[in-house]
Order: sequence, then C-alpha cells, then structure tokens
Amino acid sequence: MSENRLEIRNLHARIAGGVDILKGVDLTVPAGEVHALMGQNGSGKSTLAKVMAGDPAYEITDGDILIDGESVLEMEPDERARAGLYLAFQYPVEVPGVSIANFLRLALNARRDEDDEIGVMEFYTKLQGAVKELDWDESIIERNLHEGFSGGEKKRSEILQLLVLEPKYAILDETDSGLDVDALKVVAHGVNAARGDAFGALVITHYQRLLNYIVPDRVHVMAEGRVITSGDKELAMELDDKGYDWIKNEVASGAAPA
Amino acid sequence: MADAPMQHPDADKLVGMEHEKQYDFQLPEEYFYKSEKGLTPEVIEKISAFKGEPQWMLDFRLKSLEIAMKKGAPTWGPDLSGLDFDDIYFYVRPNEEQGTTNSWDDIPEEVRATYQRLGIPEAEQKVLAGVGAQYESEMVYHSLKEEWEKQGVIFLDTDTGLQEHEELFKEYFATVVPPNDNYYAAVNSAVWSGGSFVYVPKGVEVDVPLQAYFLLNAQNIGQFERTLIIVEEGAKAHYIEGCTAPTYASDSFHSGVIEIIAKDNANVRYSTIQNWSHNVYNLVTQRALVHSGASMGWLDGNLGSKVTMKYPSCYLLGPGAHGEVLSIAFAGDGQHQDAGAKVIHAAPNTSSSVVSKSISKGEGTSSYRGLVQIHEGAENAKSNVECDALLLDDTSKTNTYPYIEIDEKSAHVGHEATVSKLNEEQIFYLMSRGLAEDEAMALIVRGFLEPVAKELPLEYAVELNRLIELEMEGSVG
Ligand SMILES: Nc1ncnc2c1ncn2[C@@H]1O[C@H](COP(=O)(O)OP(=O)(O)OP(=O)(O)O)[C@@H](O)[C@H]1O
Ligand SMILES: [Mg+2]
Repeated sequence: MSENRLEIRNLHARIAGGVDILKGVDLTVPAGEVHALMGQNGSGKSTLAKVMAGDPAYEITDGDILIDGESVLEMEPDERARAGLYLAFQYPVEVPGVSIANFLRLALNARRDEDDEIGVMEFYTKLQGAVKELDWDESIIERNLHEGFSGGEKKRSEILQLLVLEPKYAILDETDSGLDVDALKVVAHGVNAARGDAFGALVITHYQRLLNYIVPDRVHVMAEGRVITSGDKELAMELDDKGYDWIKNEVASGAAPA
Repeated sequence: MADAPMQHPDADKLVGMEHEKQYDFQLPEEYFYKSEKGLTPEVIEKISAFKGEPQWMLDFRLKSLEIAMKKGAPTWGPDLSGLDFDDIYFYVRPNEEQGTTNSWDDIPEEVRATYQRLGIPEAEQKVLAGVGAQYESEMVYHSLKEEWEKQGVIFLDTDTGLQEHEELFKEYFATVVPPNDNYYAAVNSAVWSGGSFVYVPKGVEVDVPLQAYFLLNAQNIGQFERTLIIVEEGAKAHYIEGCTAPTYASDSFHSGVIEIIAKDNANVRYSTIQNWSHNVYNLVTQRALVHSGASMGWLDGNLGSKVTMKYPSCYLLGPGAHGEVLSIAFAGDGQHQDAGAKVIHAAPNTSSSVVSKSISKGEGTSSYRGLVQIHEGAENAKSNVECDALLLDDTSKTNTYPYIEIDEKSAHVGHEATVSKLNEEQIFYLMSRGLAEDEAMALIVRGFLEPVAKELPLEYAVELNRLIELEMEGSVG
C-alpha cells in the first residue's frame, strides 16, 4: 500500500492546561484525493486543522499525525510546511507592511537551499500565473498581506498562496465562508487547478454548495472532537437536507458507519 | 608608538605617552594625541591650537564651556548616571595612518562578526571600528565631487570647511543651535570635531545624495561631530549620514550637533541611521530652520548605543514651510532609546508630520518624546503625529511623552499612539508558510517599520533589514 497520504491517528489535543477538544480523531487523506470535513460549530474542525499545522497554542495528549508515513509531532510549524503541509486558515491574520510578493518569495525560498534561491523572473511568472488563475488583479501582489483585505479577499489570498507554494497536502478551513458565488467559483477553480495525483486536500466546510464545485472523494463528519462517520459525496447532500441530529442518530442506531 | 608628524609648542606634553606609560596606564599604543581627561579650558585651548583654528572659534569654544558649566546636565529623561565627564577624553586626534583609538584586536568579536555578516569590505570595517584612518572611497565619489564643484556645491568635513570657507562658515555656524540651547549642545560647541559642512547655492538641485560615507574617516565618526548644512533658496539636497553597520567606539560619550538652514522654497532631507556599539551614550541635537515654502525632512534611525536622546526638530519659520520627521528606534537588551521630534509652527499655513516607530526587546526601553508647538498667528497650521511601539516580549518597555502646545485657534493637530506586542498568531501564520521562527519575527518587525523604511535609499533599506534580522536572531525563546 502506498505511503502517500496524510494520516491522523487517534488524535487527542487541548489548549495547554485545558480539557481535550480533540478526543480521538482518525482520518486519512490519500494523495490524489480530496476529502470534505463537515461538522457543527465548535465540533473541533479548526482545532484539528491548527493542531495539524503545529499551532503552539495546543498540546497533543495522544495519537499521531503523519505525512507520507512520517510523524510530524516533533516538527515545528515551518518544518511541517516544508514537509508539504499547507493550511488555509479560517481567519487569516494581517501582517502589516509585508507585501504578498515579498512574503511569498521568502516562503518559497525557505523551501529551497540557501544557494538555490528562486530567480526573480521565475518567481514573478509563477506568482502572476497564480493571480491569473484566480481572476485577480495583478496589483494585488504589492498589497500588504491581508492589510485592509475584505473577508473574501483574505480567502482568495489563502488559495493564491496555495497555488504558489504547491504543497503536497492542503487543509482548507472554511475557505468558502463569506464568499459570493463568483468568488466561490474562482476559489474552487483554484483548488481544482491544484488537484492531481500528488496532491491531497481536506476541505472543511459547512456548505454542500462548495462541494458542487470541488467534488470530494470522501466526506467525514465531526462531532464533539471526533470523526463520527464518513461516506461519499452523497452524505454531504443528505446532511444538508436532514441536519446533524439526523446523522448523530444514524450513527447511534448503527444505521451509519461509525 | 607612532611618531608625531606635526610639531606643536606643547607637543611633548601633549603626546605625553611616555609619561603615562610609566604609570602603567592602559592606553592603546596608536594614539598620537589624546587630551587629558575631563572638560577644562586647557583641554579646549589645546584642541583649538591643534586644529590651527581662528581666534573667534577658540573664543566660541571657551564661552560654550562656561555655558555648559553653568547649565549642568539636565535631570529629565533617561538615566545617564553611568556618564562621568571627569573620566572622559574629550579629544583624541587620530593617528594619520593608523586611525583612531583602537587596535583591531580590541574590537569585540560580536562587532567583527556583524561586519562579516553584513559583508562590509575590510577597509571600511576598520574605519567603522576606529582602526583605520580613511576608507578609500570609490571612484564614483571623485566624479561626483567634480560635478558638485561645477555646481558650486561645497561638501567637506567641518574642520576643512572652517579652514577653506571661514566667512560663510562664520555667518551660519551656531545660529541654529546656539551653545546656550541645551547642555549637550554647549558641550559639543566647546569640543566639537569633525562632521560635514554642506553648502548648496541658490536654485541648485543636487540629485545624488550627499553621503557622509564618502568622507568616511576617523575624524568624521568622532565623538562630537558638528554638521552644518546650508541650502539656499529653491535649492535641493539630500544628505545621508553614517551607515547601518555598527560603529564601534571605545569611548562612551557621543554628542553631535546638526544644524540645517533651508532657505525659501528649498527642499532638504537628512537621513541617518546610527548604530553605535552598546556602551555609548548618544546625545544629539538636530535642528533645522525652515523658511517660507521650504520643506525639511528628517529620517532618523537609532539602533545601537546604551542610551540615545535625539529629537530632530523643525522650526517652521516662514509661511507654507513643511517639516517631517520619520524615526525608527530599536531598543535591544539593556538599551534605552529616547527619541522623538520637535516641531515649532511659527508661521501661517505651515504643516508637519511625525511618524515614529519603536521596537523594544529584552530589557530594552524605547520612549517617544515629542513636542508640537503652534504659535499664535500660525494660522491654519497643521500637524499630525503618529507613534507606534512594538514590544517583542514581556520584559521590554515603551513610553510616550507627547507635549502639545497650541496658541492658535485655527490649528489642526492630530496625535495617535499605538502599542502592540509581537503577535503569536502572526508568527504561527508565517511559520505555517515555511518561515523559521526568527525569520517570521524579523518579517513582522520589518513590516512594522516599512512605512518609514520605504523612505530610505534602497541600499540602506536593505542593510537595515539585514541588521534587524541579526538583532532578531537571539530573540527566539
Ligand atoms: N484557543 C482556544 N481557547 C479556548 N477554547 C478553544 C480554543 N480553540 C478551540 N476552542 C474550543 O474548542 C471547540 C472547538 O473549536 P473549533 O474552532 O475547532 O470548532 P470548529 O469546528 O472549527 O467550529 P466552526 O464551525 O464554528 O468554525 C470550541 O468549543 C472552541 O470554543
Ligand atoms: Mg472552525
């Protein structure tokens, strides 16, 4: 069996000193697939995403996270990024005074050897290609990172970065929330552009709507810090229709696979 | 020991090395002349005689000393109790070949390492470290110099300026910062040495910045530099002092005076980034007189030193005059940066803008101390002050002391101050994109400084960035 996958095993995590928020998450996203992660507010989706990226605000009490079979628990967030992991944040922060272009060049060079920095032309070609893919104005690259960005623009920036940094595995945390329908299509187009055999994604969303554009290979449902069930893309539609109480009952009664 | 290349009636006594050696003083051997410790009329007479100055300058120095003695050191501001005037040499004449005060081996390893990492040529390193006498400026300077001379622009070190242009010099010298202005100005007036003398004739626009770097020699980065810049009507100049590399000084007290006169409709900028070694008390008076329709901009960066007190000021004297102060301060562990700005609106339709950005780290403190004064009759004067402080950790500190005095009803004055802490979420975000923790912190700091740094000439901005990276390297907890 191929080792190429993003794997979460029995993951328990909490805010340092608090009670567990993640209570045994099991989830695997093989390279080449896109999975959706759904769940009610507060069920632990963003916590899972941030813990995977290595947010020092959380502490892992049990379990493991593996990229292509290798545990990343001992890795700093930047090492995980260089190992191929990418998180599109639910709430991207602003970094005043740092232009998108400068920042992305540093981020790309951080992945390369010191004596092998990316050429200026190569970089701008790549960046402009990504900007075009997202149907965005070129001037955006000189704007400071998320400074004064609208909610939707921040989300689009997260996808722009994804296209430039070309991670192996991406977690998209509600990248669709707050987008108008045109922006939604653009973002979905960006993600689909990244799709391929060597790319895996976990798309966190509340809305079936996104999944019309980014069609998932699997859908997972989270509740109270665990993945309670998984299914194919039909599950998302059914959830949209019937709600979370329905799926919880299904799982409790054994009608849906736990 | 080097020979004294110049005869002086008191030479034996002045050189005095043999005498001191007998008593086992720990003096570096390269000195050619070093004044006695402390600030006395005798010391001043010797300085003036050594330089072969006109009588009026000696008189001026002696009178300034009297004023200093009468005034005494100010008691406000940062703690200066580490400064003992009786223990300071007020004049050290550099050895013509060997440079000033230091032997290369005396330069602390950290300073040398920084030079290495900034990629500064060795000859230049030596001048900065006070080891070499003269950095051989590149050819480019010589062709610039010819160009300037054709335009009638004077750009000399201040001692040479006095010798070669005495009348012009005398007309303006100490008219902007008179010795009775403040204690440190009085001390500087008594013992000044080095600095730059700039004169730009009416209507001449100097496109290439006048960089003190071109005159970089041991004298110029002395303890008590005195810079005098006169820009005539409708003329334009940008003067750049110093460079971002750390300037090593074994002596601990530096007190410069910068005087600028921007005549009607002139446009003047003065940019400086100072990065003294961490034992230095750096107390500088920088002031510009800005006449009708003229524009003056100070860009002031303070990275090194133990204590810095520096408040570049603009006296807006004529209608429509504009003044601007942009400042950056970085207070590392054990450092106190007390910087700010002073803007005096004394005429109608004058405008000013102050942007101050400070960063504090470890046991460092940075303070913004600013004065905006609007005189009666300065109708429609406008002033806007923005000071932002960034704290890198829980131990560093910042203070703001804004003084605003308004005697004119039609004035508009804005003041905004922010204090922020280095944000964990920002660091995590940047790290999640692959930047190491110290790179992430340095990037946030650079972004914080960007509104000011972008006003710097590119090569200075690049150096500033590298320097901040170096400062940040030890910051990761
Ligand atoms: N830093 C934190 N401090 C305190 N509580 C936290 C923190 N992070 C997460 N939690 C708590 O953990 C639970 C899970 O939060 P999380 O943000 O992971 O939910 P989510 O599934 O992403 O919800 P949403 O759909 O609203 O984005 C919530 O109850 C939340 O309040
Ligand atoms: Mg969430």
